[in-house]
Amino acid sequence: MSAKKKQENQPDKTNSSVLVKEPSEKPKTVLMQGNEAVALAAMEAGLDFYAGYPITPSTEVAEVLADKLPQRGGTIIQMEDEIASICAVVGASLAGAKAMTATSGPGFSLMQEGIGYAKIAETPCVVVNVQRGGPSTGLPTKPSQGDMMQSRWGSHGDSPAIVLYPDSVKEIYELTIRAFNLSEKYRTCVVLLLDEVIGHMREAVSVPDISKYRVVNRLKPTVPPEWYKHYDEDQKYLSPVASYGEGYRFHVTGLSHDKYGFPTNKASEIATMTRRLKKKITQNIRDIIQIESFMMEDAKVAVFAAGIVARSAKSAINAVRKEGFKVGLLRPLTIWPFPDVAVQRMLKNVETVIVPEMNQGQIIHEIERLTKEKNDSDIKRIQRTDGELITPSEIYKKIKEVL
Amino acid sequence: MASISQKTIHQYLRHNKKFPHVWCSGCSNGIVLGSIIRAVAELEIPKDDIMMVSGIGCSSRISVYADFNSLHTLHGRPIAFATGIKMYKPRMKVIVVTGDGDATAIGGNHFIHAARRNIDLTVIVINNHIYGMTGGQFSPTTPTNDFASTCPHGNIDPVFDVCQLAIGAGATHVARSTAFHSLEVQNMTKEAIEHPGCSVVEVISACPVIYGRMNKKGNASKMMENMRDNSISLKAVEKLPEEKTKGKIVRGVLKKDTNIPEYTDSYAKLVERLKRGNDE
Repeated sequence: MSAKKKQENQPDKTNSSVLVKEPSEKPKTVLMQGNEAVALAAMEAGLDFYAGYPITPSTEVAEVLADKLPQRGGTIIQMEDEIASICAVVGASLAGAKAMTATSGPGFSLMQEGIGYAKIAETPCVVVNVQRGGPSTGLPTKPSQGDMMQSRWGSHGDSPAIVLYPDSVKEIYELTIRAFNLSEKYRTCVVLLLDEVIGHMREAVSVPDISKYRVVNRLKPTVPPEWYKHYDEDQKYLSPVASYGEGYRFHVTGLSHDKYGFPTNKASEIATMTRRLKKKITQNIRDIIQIESFMMEDAKVAVFAAGIVARSAKSAINAVRKEGFKVGLLRPLTIWPFPDVAVQRMLKNVETVIVPEMNQGQIIHEIERLTKEKNDSDIKRIQRTDGELITPSEIYKKIKEVL
Repeated sequence: MASISQKTIHQYLRHNKKFPHVWCSGCSNGIVLGSIIRAVAELEIPKDDIMMVSGIGCSSRISVYADFNSLHTLHGRPIAFATGIKMYKPRMKVIVVTGDGDATAIGGNHFIHAARRNIDLTVIVINNHIYGMTGGQFSPTTPTNDFASTCPHGNIDPVFDVCQLAIGAGATHVARSTAFHSLEVQNMTKEAIEHPGCSVVEVISACPVIYGRMNKKGNASKMMENMRDNSISLKAVEKLPEEKTKGKIVRGVLKKDTNIPEYTDSYAKLVERLKRGNDE
């Protein structure tokens, strides 16, 4: 049973942000583009504010929102650059908005300082990165999975990250809503990583009645202003949060701060802050992690892949399975925090792991870390950085090599 | 000034939490903070409606001391954060406090674009002609031939005129004064807060410990006297011959235009228009 499935079956007592998926009787099927799905789902999740700067291959997100968001009374602004975009998003969020920006590689690099600010200031926001080939300007219109590690470690200093990775237009829709839910609940910047081809792909999507998707809003404080601590914490390291202009007059800074938000140099207060930043993710990891296992029950060979590469892998696996071989797929929907426990458990009885990725080797290091009992030769790589997709036949060939 | 007592000022400070402050003795930042608080008090704007946003640097530390909604942001970015807040909550009075480096070097792009949009922010640029917090490196407003730790042989950089930059970029209310003229700063801030559009108030300030020492400007009081003696009001400039005004700091409201649409207002009208269109 996948971790995803397991979570759905659990009763929800904790205002959990797990998607409640009850298929509607007559799902409406529409032709939707990936980037368009981001925009539409964000509005369903309650998007109030979007700030962005044009960049291929993410621009359709802004274009759709520029049309639709003002019609709903929401706010959209095209900023002067990506640095301004993330800063405006964090500012609006502190004022109470559900806020988002979308970008691609070069813009994502520029946003890193602001993303770090959102993390230390514990400000909910969503950053969509439609990945393109790099380094630098690289390949604006071609796919790459080169930002796997940047999405984890891109901002300076040491901080946790929540990064989601969909593999279809339908799943973009779902994970966009989930990204907002997680950001509101855990008061942090959540990154939605897309492959360029999924961002630009149009697929038939059966969108169930949106009321079936749970939308999480940040908890508001009920204490009087003089008792309010902007960074209070419960046993799960979470706390209600006030917005600017509501009478709480709190202070927010990018400096290390105490529970009120005021800057501090005291070791004990700094330790409290950094522990809280880490623990609010690690203590709630089961709520955050989603991973799909596909034909893994009896698999001897496993493919570990995310996004569009996982779709190539599924196609290859189906072909190999028809020939009678036991092959399966592990696909993280949450790429960070890395699903250590699930991956370790599911790869335990597998002889060989194949890690195809559209980069020069990023996620493979995580797999190597989690499969120390295996020989180096049991971990196989397929890496492509020429702007072309990893095809089903490439994965098929590699599987046949190791069988 | 007399109408606002010291006691009133204390009501606007986080005096039991954040003091003593970080500024050196003789620094002008406290004087400017006093002027801003008196302006807000005279306008009788509730503290809950004031949003004070600052960047990084000595002057940007102001936001932590005042008991407003306060946001101490990234270096150069307070205007970008403030733009997000103002767009989402236009009813808030957003005051940005920034320095010469913060506003015109690293944050120059946000500065000119806020001015171009004419978004209703009150941007107070405290110009001490130096990066004080990092120990005295030259900024875009350090006078040419002056000394700083990163121009020990003299500054070869030409300078930005903060007000002309704001005027050129489209800000609709632009004023300049000095920390010596604290009542003038107070009145300019009042006017700037009330102005519906992007307003910039440049306050020339004294950094005796770093800039002053490196450039032999004398002690704090000497630097204050210099502000008095080397500045001239806009009205006086108009009356005097050019040779008498050359090299002087010109104080006054250099631009005021209330005919340019304010950005959040334009956005609200757009939303209203779309709503009407959808209803019809």
